[in-house]
Amino acid sequence: MKAAEIQGRGGAGFPAGTKWGFLPADVHPRYLVINGDESEPGTYKDRLLMERDPHQLIEGIVIACYALNAAQAFLYVRGEMALAQERLAQALNDAYANNMVGKNICGSTFSVDITLTWGAGAYIVGEETALIESLEGERGMPRLKPPFFPAVKGLYMQPTIVNNVETLANVPYIVSSGGSEFKAIGAPTSTGMRMFAVSGHVKKPGVFEVPNGVTTFRMLFEAPEYCGGVRDGRNVKAFIPGGASAMWFFPEHLDMALDKPTVDKAGSMLGSGAIVVMDDTTDMVAACWRIVRFFARESCGKCTPCREGTTWLERVLKRILDGHGRPEDIDLLMEVSESISPGIAWPPRQTTICPLGPSAVSPIASAVRRFRHEFDHYIAHGRPIDGVESPFAVAAASHA
Amino acid sequence: MSRLNDARLETAHEIIGRFPRKKSALIPLLHLAQEQDGYVAQDAMVHIAELLDLAPAEVYGTASFYEMFKFHPVGKYCINICTNISCQLVGAWNLLHHAEERLGIKAGSTTDDGMFTIEDVECIAACTEAPALQVNYRYRYKVTPESFDQMVSDLEAGRLVGEVPLHGTLATVRQETTATWSNRGSEAQAKVDER
Repeated sequence: MKAAEIQGRGGAGFPAGTKWGFLPADVHPRYLVINGDESEPGTYKDRLLMERDPHQLIEGIVIACYALNAAQAFLYVRGEMALAQERLAQALNDAYANNMVGKNICGSTFSVDITLTWGAGAYIVGEETALIESLEGERGMPRLKPPFFPAVKGLYMQPTIVNNVETLANVPYIVSSGGSEFKAIGAPTSTGMRMFAVSGHVKKPGVFEVPNGVTTFRMLFEAPEYCGGVRDGRNVKAFIPGGASAMWFFPEHLDMALDKPTVDKAGSMLGSGAIVVMDDTTDMVAACWRIVRFFARESCGKCTPCREGTTWLERVLKRILDGHGRPEDIDLLMEVSESISPGIAWPPRQTTICPLGPSAVSPIASAVRRFRHEFDHYIAHGRPIDGVESPFAVAAASHA
Repeated sequence: MSRLNDARLETAHEIIGRFPRKKSALIPLLHLAQEQDGYVAQDAMVHIAELLDLAPAEVYGTASFYEMFKFHPVGKYCINICTNISCQLVGAWNLLHHAEERLGIKAGSTTDDGMFTIEDVECIAACTEAPALQVNYRYRYKVTPESFDQMVSDLEAGRLVGEVPLHGTLATVRQETTATWSNRGSEAQAKVDER
């Protein structure tokens, strides 16, 4: 795994081999926890892997447990994903029946148990320490790091590795073909194949597995074998390169390769491989509000700047959208953002335990800095600028 | 309504047996209760507290954090319409508005006959198939007003019984493993239990 230099596919992109190396020697029991709580808006790839190739994931889990010398793994699937739970349950039952999981696997001295479990609707549980809390039967509230680095004090305060589904699904290939084979795919700075979900205003939205680090955003959006262009021959106004938490990109970023260090340096992230394309008819105030509402709803409530701040941000944006915006609201948005993420920079600083709060600042910083005139227009006239479609137009017309 | 019935109690014990500590079974057990009654009843939470050696308040404390658990009866079919960014961009609010008009209720409420609940939900990981919805956690992709109406009539006429179980039922296949060698009895585990 170290030779493969695979970056974790969950969002942070931390090298998975290095993470595995953090487990202290000779402390048992130790656990592997599989994060199947895919919930970042725009992200759609782990569910596909769980529903359509559960065996590949299970194989990856068993190999990972062998490497980590762990005797038990917990496979935590998002609560809403009934089909994924069903397919994994069937695949696990089959694997146990065929001695591929359980005691003395394939007649060897190696044994591992995999417990399938599932959540009940909470985005925050995708954060690894919150997932561990949830797995212990608690509210999904993140733990402070330090001291609670999972590799040292994780599940039941024992050493724990938390890996994303896509990361583990890559393990069988890496082990059977070798780390150098894997590393030969893609760019040296972003190795292997990687899945990207492209949604929004493209002709053919889809989930595409491409060599990591070399494909550009433009190729993904325009090539006939991928999305086939922006809908109705329109132009890209903005796009989200890596999930709702990411800073937005604009047309000048289209020729950038989907390469982690390149995107990081440009001030955003590839995150969980979630790309959302917005064409030139998009109401940026409404787009910003909808993403902020998500974070306001999903804040776990543990840290004050996030709990209060995201709610304030959502309410201010809503009143601008509803035509009750005040000229000072833009400054207020930036002030509240500043209190959650001082400096409003990338990578974000935070006054909170986990990155959820600062994530709500990304759409505001992106939209206000680039499309300030759209906010001003809403505040002055109570409606979007000309040529832009409010997503609420139909409902509003029928109520009028 | 009720405590877990005998069949579910047996399943509950199997689930508890797969974790080193009982409380880890709490969320799966709450789902069992919701599967039985369509929502998480108070008596069921008391029962779960007994099974896991917890106070009922601890059970409710965890349960109330999670969006999927309902503490009062909801519709036989919960229609969760995603309005998050990828769906909003391709007409999710029009779809939600249409659904509200068709069923005569606002998002967050249930029809008088107890058949349908509509919810305006966050991303359900079907972004490339937007606008998307789930009915009792079964997906419907690229939903139009017409296909929404068709789905509602199909549900009303009982034509989707095999495909869409009643609210509360998630996976229809369960993990069957009961003998987990590493959970209990192992030397290492004993050390954890001591603490």
